[in-house]
Amino acid sequence: MTQTAPLIGQPRRKSGLATVIGLLWRDKFAFCAALFLLVVIVCALIGPALLEDAATKQNLRGRNAPPFDMARDWEFFFGADALGRPLLVRIIVAAQNTMMIAAGAVFFSALIGSTLGLAAGWLKGRASQVILRLGDVIMSFPSLLLAVIVLYMLDPSVFNIIIVLAITRIPVYLRTARAEVLEVRERMFVQAAKVMGASDLRIVFRHILPVVLPTLLTIATLDFAFVMLAESSLSFLGIGIQPPEITWGLMVSQGRPYLTNAWWLSFWPGLAIILTTLSLNLLSNWMRIALDPVQRWRLEMGGRKND
Amino acid sequence: MKKFIGKRAVASAISLVGLVVLVFFLSRLTGDPTDLYLPVDASLQAREQFREINGLNDPLMVQFGRYVADLAVLDFGNSIRRSRPAIDVVLEGFAWTLWLACVTMLLVTFAAIVIGSLAAFRVGGVFDRIATFFSLIGASAPDFWIAIVAIVVFAVNLRWLPTSGTGTIWHWVLPVSVLFIRPFGLILQVVRGSMIGVLSSAYVKTARAKGVRNRPIIFVHGLRNGMLPVITVIGDQAAGILNGAVVVETIFGFPGIGKLMIDSILQRDFNVVLAAIMVSALAIFLMNLLIDLAYAMLDPRIRY
Repeated sequence: MTQTAPLIGQPRRKSGLATVIGLLWRDKFAFCAALFLLVVIVCALIGPALLEDAATKQNLRGRNAPPFDMARDWEFFFGADALGRPLLVRIIVAAQNTMMIAAGAVFFSALIGSTLGLAAGWLKGRASQVILRLGDVIMSFPSLLLAVIVLYMLDPSVFNIIIVLAITRIPVYLRTARAEVLEVRERMFVQAAKVMGASDLRIVFRHILPVVLPTLLTIATLDFAFVMLAESSLSFLGIGIQPPEITWGLMVSQGRPYLTNAWWLSFWPGLAIILTTLSLNLLSNWMRIALDPVQRWRLEMGGRKND
Repeated sequence: MKKFIGKRAVASAISLVGLVVLVFFLSRLTGDPTDLYLPVDASLQAREQFREINGLNDPLMVQFGRYVADLAVLDFGNSIRRSRPAIDVVLEGFAWTLWLACVTMLLVTFAAIVIGSLAAFRVGGVFDRIATFFSLIGASAPDFWIAIVAIVVFAVNLRWLPTSGTGTIWHWVLPVSVLFIRPFGLILQVVRGSMIGVLSSAYVKTARAKGVRNRPIIFVHGLRNGMLPVITVIGDQAAGILNGAVVVETIFGFPGIGKLMIDSILQRDFNVVLAAIMVSALAIFLMNLLIDLAYAMLDPRIRY
């Protein structure tokens, strides 16, 4: 069987990164989504360092300047806000807080939730029950309202918002991880590892975790979008990030009083939110297929006929 | 079955007790309502009297003890702002939210199931592509943004619909449509995914080979099995709205429980906050129970 005809579209052995990009390219939506997210991440990383001054410089003569005005600088392409600050620049700068809060919340909830879930799935018995109940308790909290109460009482700093959002999202990972572990632990390779004398920790982290990880990653991507929307809602209600810090949600809310005569104040940051969450959803859809060995052929085949 | 419900009830009760204790003490940390309700130049005596009337003078533990004792006879205390029993205020708000949630979820469920099933029937077809695309956008849309854009377009510019309030049926159109979008996107995707799996299973192929028409295949043979995962998501989303569609209620001035809760927190109306949390927790508990029962009904293999 050495001379099999080359499979259609089947790439030769490539490096990891090249394979990923290849798989991305097969799904054009996901490719665009990944590109867009890359741009957002770059904005979040270097935006504030470069543009902080431009984003906060007030110019009262340019109050609510309309968008697409070529007579002005590129900074004013999306118009200006109520204090004459360029919207495009502010959106780029606000990307940092928006992304940082979402990333922080997703990171902590995924880390804690997955660890607890792995433990609950592997240990069984009493410890597992306690962990599960903990998840139930968090689930039965009205999460957004709890966030409102806690943030109103504590000071709504970036750190506190991350913690509050992270806590409310723990059960998602906990339940998924546990359900997957319960299934994987019965498989042969786990039995084999056990027979060969591997320690519990080694089995869980070296043998089970890699099998569970793709599912968790997919969920985390999806959850990133959810957390971003939650943070935006909080900031919009005025209990999230406080000025002079900015996030996209806060920018939407700051533009609200001027809706009738300057729609662009709220429109652009809202569009930034929607495009980012949409990209995350598309990417998560792609990951679900790309990370699943049973379904990956759909991407490797190219074409969409075999959907 | 009874044992299962009992177990659930105990778990929920424990978490509710924890929540009430947490909120009771946290909310008192936000400050003294006296400063909010009396004018700045109120005399010390008047302030003292206000505190005395609302029982804010005692140590926290005493206040808590009194609250629990009153709760035991189902007395939720009075709303400071409205001078009425807190529970009445909350139930009024809850009734509005319940209506909003029911109308929205009925529409969402119907639309998402029909469109999702049809999309799953021809995967990759034009209809499927369009449905998937719009459901993705719907699932990604921030509701506060959609709400204010909708107000600008339909209420301010076109003047078709009122901006806020609850007088006529027209007042319901915007809140319901905005609340509709996200659950619709999410549920449609789950319906589609689940139905793709079901429609490619052997029994559906058998039915088709025997000459069953498309419509009964999708909506009778397929849907019954495809509904299981969908019900969970529907429950989650319904619970989300019951929990207080905070953002939408605030923007459209809808007198539901979400707006009530935000207002009460900001106005330090502690009794209303606590009563509202208990009412919505109870609603979510019942909601989850209903979902589990629906599961057992749809799939006879599931026993509690």
